[in-house]
Amino acid sequence: MHWSSWSEFFSMGGYGFYIWGSYGVTLILLGGEVLMLLKRKRRLGRSTADREQLKTQNAKLETAL
Amino acid sequence: MSNRRINWYKYAAPANFYPLAGKMIPWFTVITIALFVVGLYVGFFVAPTDFQQGESYRIIFIHVPAAWMGMFLYVLMAVYAGVGWAFNARLASMMATAISTTGAIFTFISLVTGSLWGRPAWGVYWVWDARMTSTLILMFLYIGFISLQSSIDDPRRADRAGAVLALVGLINVPIIYFSVQWWNTLHQGATITARSFKMAPSMKWAMLILLAACWMYSIAVVLVRVRFIILEREREAPWLAEVAA
Repeated sequence: MHWSSWSEFFSMGGYGFYIWGSYGVTLILLGGEVLMLLKRKRRLGRSTADREQLKTQNAKLETAL
Repeated sequence: MSNRRINWYKYAAPANFYPLAGKMIPWFTVITIALFVVGLYVGFFVAPTDFQQGESYRIIFIHVPAAWMGMFLYVLMAVYAGVGWAFNARLASMMATAISTTGAIFTFISLVTGSLWGRPAWGVYWVWDARMTSTLILMFLYIGFISLQSSIDDPRRADRAGAVLALVGLINVPIIYFSVQWWNTLHQGATITARSFKMAPSMKWAMLILLAACWMYSIAVVLVRVRFIILEREREAPWLAEVAA
């Protein structure tokens, strides 16, 4: 372990902006990709449920006729 | 040995692949998180300060894996797209589409982190040297592939058009790889060559563990995405109602 304090760790020998900028961008992009996938999952789930509902309604309609 | 064989063709069918991928995703997710934690720990708390570049070199732990993933995933995408086109295998084409977004993201990360490293190392964020220009072209190829596919309504036609673009663009990958040898570039040479490894062991391990983490991450997100693509494209198929229920 070569960091004597947290502030020394965060300053990264004066290169903090470049290093944390790099890792921050990586985190935002990969995290953003995961979030987009979660959103897509919710949207897909909703549209599947809508279709199921539509199907049962149609079935009911057919039997009623 | 037993003569029991795994029938690999079985998993070329979306109906068989979909549940298998679903079972694999949690494992790859767990391995991804573990490798990121270990790799970042080694990179920030074990690897020593570089005698030439000070702490700024620590960008390498994410920059090099991201750049490699950008190239690997492009080759993988082109191979899947080519197989999907040549053998009319729709799952392979769906894999190519699923890979393209992740490949573009890693290529973008390699450009941004490289730029943030270039400023302290060279004094500039960007120069039009061969390595950086060819990586930028790789980014445009990904963007071209994604926008071409999304502009065509018929999925199989979109797959074929994307395959042509991906295969033609494949020529760019060896250009990126050998650019530091073929031209005089500001960018440093290959970090790892067959003969030498100019780094302390802990630096090397941090980089390799994070490379493995990026691989596992890519597999996990691509499997998640390819399942969504299957759901969207084959929603009328009877097998889907059984599996998804």
